[in-house]
Amino acid sequence: MSCVLELKNLSYVYGKGTPFEKRAVNRVSLQIHRGELIGVIGHTGSGKSTMMQMLNGLMRPTEGQVLLDGKDIWAEPKKIREVRFKVGMVFQYPEYQLFEETVSKDIAFGAKNRGLEGAELEKAIRDAADFTGLKPELLEKSPFELSGGEKRRAAIAGVIAMNPEVLVLDEPTAGLDPMGREVLLSQIMRYHRERQNTVLLVTHSMEDIARVADRIVVMHKGDLVMFEPTRRVFSQGERLTQWGLSVPQITAIMQELRRRGLDVPEGVLTVDEAFRALLPLLKKEGKLW
Amino acid sequence: MRDVAFGQYFPGKSLIHRLDPRAKIILFIAYIVILFCTFSYPALAVTTVFTALFLIGSGISPKFYFKSLKVIIFIVLFTSLLNLFYGSGEPVWQWWIFKITVNGINRAVFVTTRIICLILASSCLTFTTSPTELTDAIERLMKPLRVIHFPVHEIAMMMSLALRFVPTLLEETDKIMQAQKARGADMESGNLIRRVKALVPVLIPLFVSAFRRAYDVATAMECRCYRGGAGRTRMKQIRMARRDAVAFVVMALVIGGVIVCNILFKTAI
Repeated sequence: MSCVLELKNLSYVYGKGTPFEKRAVNRVSLQIHRGELIGVIGHTGSGKSTMMQMLNGLMRPTEGQVLLDGKDIWAEPKKIREVRFKVGMVFQYPEYQLFEETVSKDIAFGAKNRGLEGAELEKAIRDAADFTGLKPELLEKSPFELSGGEKRRAAIAGVIAMNPEVLVLDEPTAGLDPMGREVLLSQIMRYHRERQNTVLLVTHSMEDIARVADRIVVMHKGDLVMFEPTRRVFSQGERLTQWGLSVPQITAIMQELRRRGLDVPEGVLTVDEAFRALLPLLKKEGKLW
Repeated sequence: MRDVAFGQYFPGKSLIHRLDPRAKIILFIAYIVILFCTFSYPALAVTTVFTALFLIGSGISPKFYFKSLKVIIFIVLFTSLLNLFYGSGEPVWQWWIFKITVNGINRAVFVTTRIICLILASSCLTFTTSPTELTDAIERLMKPLRVIHFPVHEIAMMMSLALRFVPTLLEETDKIMQAQKARGADMESGNLIRRVKALVPVLIPLFVSAFRRAYDVATAMECRCYRGGAGRTRMKQIRMARRDAVAFVVMALVIGGVIVCNILFKTAI
């Protein structure tokens, strides 16, 4: 598998040389392959957001390198804008960045900056709106007339329309209702599946990440403490608790059942999986027929 | 954006930090007056030494003072150059319509020193006094104006709200700029018109969020039954102490020194 993003010894220090100096990211090295869906978790202040902003050159690392397709993104600082088109970044609460007269113009902003025009631009807007589930009749409305959830989708669509190779989403589901989370998450998965793009998902929701991620990066106080396949990460509940994190509820329940001697697999991630694991056991005991 | 040193507050426990904010404001005003009433080099020296003393007394790293000076370096250079060529009397050096006189040199030195001292002193005030302390002090100092129905409390409240939201709005601007840059907005290149246009995607969301915040704060204040200044007490009472009296005495000595120097020595400016 080819490696699309590589971090080499990456560090970032806030307010260097002031009384407020803080090491937000500490010598992080990792490799992300093309087409992977990576989850990033960590307690508040663990340096996730800072690390994400270094991926597309919004912040310049204090030490270390970010390699995109094998090239250091800061090799030519003048061309940093091109990196930002390749690594699309959706910030927390992205709805506050909307500014255009209509939703479709706002979605077009990034794509236009990348140099898309005419029919190509139209298609990019339509596709992006489709991926995020924005109804076509909303496209000609003012973004300020939309509901909170719709604004969020419009903002995400604005980044997807640039057609980035890597999409970074910083807590895209924060502040949405359960239904909205569910829908947005499945749309992100669909986008990932259909475009075969690399997606990085930063979140506080273990349930969300357990469902979608291939591998998980765990950050703690600026250090990368774990980078393993999802199932392996969530089989280590005790270590996660140490870092102020947890496992999904269903994983915890299955872990407890296992501890009490039931023959169920380790690191169960979804209710579906748990159901399939428990069904034969219940049948065997004759409680189900 | 967050590197703006001017107007920032650095918590600390130095003597200057502990002075009563009211005393600090009065002393600051007196200081400005005396700074612009220095008419001789010895008098200027007295105020400069005094400035150096209270800067050291503030216990804040000189680096931050230099940073605050960096912002105004052009104004200083510009005005001192202008003054350099503006003097009257016998020219020391002349070329075409430009001439430099002793008088011009003196003017330039005085203007430069005064502006630098002024900026340093005001930085010292804001570095060592928290915004809340400042507005509290201003409210107390303006209290007598209530006699002529001047809305002292309202003005002070508006000031503290405004100051409170400076860092918030800066942070917000930063965030929005990052978000637009992530969408390929180009804010660092192009001519003036292009750069002004590039600000639109930042300013519109910023205004929208400023209004949203204003509504939120108004609601929050109403929920806490805020009804204006009548009958309000304070959690932190500010009190003058002996050190404030000492500070006033020191200031009086400096003023005296400057006046004496002004009478004894005369520099033509």
